[in-house]
Amino acid sequence: MKTQKDIDTNQEYKYGFTTDIESIRAPKGLNEDTIKFISNIKKEPKWMLEWRLKAFNRLKSLKEPNWQKPKYPKINYQDLYYYSAPKSASEKPKSLDEVDPKLIETYKKLGIPLLEQKRLSGVAVDAVFDSVSVATTFKEELTKKGIIFCPISEAIIKHPDLVKKYIGSVIPLSDHYFATLNSAVFTDGSFVYIPPNVRCPMELSTYFRINASETGQFERTLIIADKGSYVSYLEGCTAPMRDENQLHAANVELIALDDAEIKYSTVQNWYPGDKNGVGGIYNFVTKRGACRGKNSKISWTQVETGSAITWKYPSCILQGDNSVGEFYSIAITNNHQKADTGTKMIHLGKNTKSKIISKGISAGNADNTYRGLVDIHNKATNSRNYTQCDSLLMGNKCGAHTVPYIKNKNASSTIEHEATTTKINEEQLFYCNQRGLNQEEAVSLIVNGFCKEVLQQLPMEFAVEAQKLVSISLEGSVG
Amino acid sequence: MLNIKNLKTTVNDKSILNGVNLEIKSGEVHAIMGPNGSGKSTLANVLSGKNGYKNSGDIIFNGENLNEVSIEERAQKGIFLAFQYPLEIPGVNTNNFLKTSLNTIRKARGQKELDTLEFLKLVKNKAQELDIDEKFLSRQLNVGFSGGEKKKNEILQMKLLEPKLSVLDETDSGLDIDALKIVANGVNSSRSKDNAFLIITHYQRLLDYIKPNFVHVLSKGKIVKTGNSELGEELEKSGYANI
Repeated sequence: MKTQKDIDTNQEYKYGFTTDIESIRAPKGLNEDTIKFISNIKKEPKWMLEWRLKAFNRLKSLKEPNWQKPKYPKINYQDLYYYSAPKSASEKPKSLDEVDPKLIETYKKLGIPLLEQKRLSGVAVDAVFDSVSVATTFKEELTKKGIIFCPISEAIIKHPDLVKKYIGSVIPLSDHYFATLNSAVFTDGSFVYIPPNVRCPMELSTYFRINASETGQFERTLIIADKGSYVSYLEGCTAPMRDENQLHAANVELIALDDAEIKYSTVQNWYPGDKNGVGGIYNFVTKRGACRGKNSKISWTQVETGSAITWKYPSCILQGDNSVGEFYSIAITNNHQKADTGTKMIHLGKNTKSKIISKGISAGNADNTYRGLVDIHNKATNSRNYTQCDSLLMGNKCGAHTVPYIKNKNASSTIEHEATTTKINEEQLFYCNQRGLNQEEAVSLIVNGFCKEVLQQLPMEFAVEAQKLVSISLEGSVG
Repeated sequence: MLNIKNLKTTVNDKSILNGVNLEIKSGEVHAIMGPNGSGKSTLANVLSGKNGYKNSGDIIFNGENLNEVSIEERAQKGIFLAFQYPLEIPGVNTNNFLKTSLNTIRKARGQKELDTLEFLKLVKNKAQELDIDEKFLSRQLNVGFSGGEKKKNEILQMKLLEPKLSVLDETDSGLDIDALKIVANGVNSSRSKDNAFLIITHYQRLLDYIKPNFVHVLSKGKIVKTGNSELGEELEKSGYANI
């Protein structure tokens, strides 16, 4: 039985509602017909379908990786829907006024106003609902600067040269099982192109929402920052509460050319499952950025609080000389949640620098693993890496693990690794209590302090939300 | 204000307090002295409601029995403990902590919460009064503070929160003479007919600066002697052995 829990009596995950909306689905199952269905409904050119089918053929010879710490029951890929979209969105609305009011209402409930008068100031939003993008705000303003910010399905049709040139150039078609699966069946996501020497005047953001049951979400995002440009992009995610596990397997590719900078932030709040570990999203995501040009920079910031299992390693390939990669992460696991997350910093160019700050917090019966690779190649002269991994444990039943891999083939490089594991300290709690704070306020204060270096990296508009989320995720975990 | 009746406390079946009786009235300053292991810090912790102790007897504060009252509620009702070893909380800005604490307590008292500007003005004044360098207010709470700075920070918090009963747990230990004067000045400038102090110390030297109304000697979990401020001086000369 797939039921939606009564959200009025279950306040801990306030985004757990479902939107009752008529939808169009592809028939269940993973096969060529499904892929053709997706490609056809999105009116894709032939080269895109061929690319998808190539990925599908490659997939047949691949196996799911199994080296990660969190184990999960076998997924029956033939028993999933790969495409689900609100019927009203099947003919793409031309303007926001034509968007189905039910969808507008859904995003409003999620705190993402799409209508003109109530838009988040200074933030352009692309709203993805199951397998389609339903609205993109501030499009005209961005177009004036030559910035392209649109659903990837639209970019495939309108900007095929850019898509063709860059898609799969960072995450190859046959990279690994989930990335290849995504290449075959991806449905929607955002496309961003910033022209040379343009500083994007506002935050770009995509809000991903899974609504339909028994449906996997396979989003694909492609961001290209041309020479000397800058963009800050943020994604948010939520899903209804269901007692089934739903698969979210996204691919995100970033490309920074000479002197360009991309700042990519994630606030991931997929449904984590209930207190007993029933339900929740499997968040198996491949995120990779290429600092292709000299002096380029890619910075990943992630706040991972949701999902039953989070399994992702936003990475940087530092090809250009003097390029910089950064990874700032907060991963919070409570109850029965599991996370295996970290980053890969691949140093190829000279004088490349990378910085990794990871904060893992475990409570309840949860398990949290940092897994990271620092790989310095022989031509990466004078490269530097600094890694700091801190784990905070709350209670006696949770776990924290740190698995750093370090490969160094260049003697002129410098690598630093620091790691700490601490338990939330009873005396600290007592101290806060004695100053009038109750247990939850005290935990929130201490944990936010622990995460501070990462929270500081978030765009201002979202930092406050993220702080609250950090506190809410840990409610009831002490005492 | 405070009435402790036949307070007995055990930790892991080891008895620490063996029937403490103590009455503190508004406007009074009491000092508790005693050898190591006599139960002084335990008394301070039990008053603040710290977990991990098995207690019997009664603690009456302004007419209310505190036996079932939580740590934070006791704090909100006006009990303040200056810690012997103040805790470090990394990543938490000192000002932010002080403001959160003050506003929580103000809210509980039914007072208006202070906005950031009002708070900064207030904390600046209090810091100046105590001759405390403002710079440390923007540092992480107690992180990398010297022993003296940590203790001064406790006194600043006491000044800010304006508690009814302040319990100072060996605040003087490890202080140089200048810091000691700052602590004493903090207490003396706060003394009023509406509040009271319980000062736990090993040494007479703090009492040279803060004149207590009563001095009690705690030994083996009991108050064995009570006197006026001259008792402290006497102890300084002859030690606890003769008591």
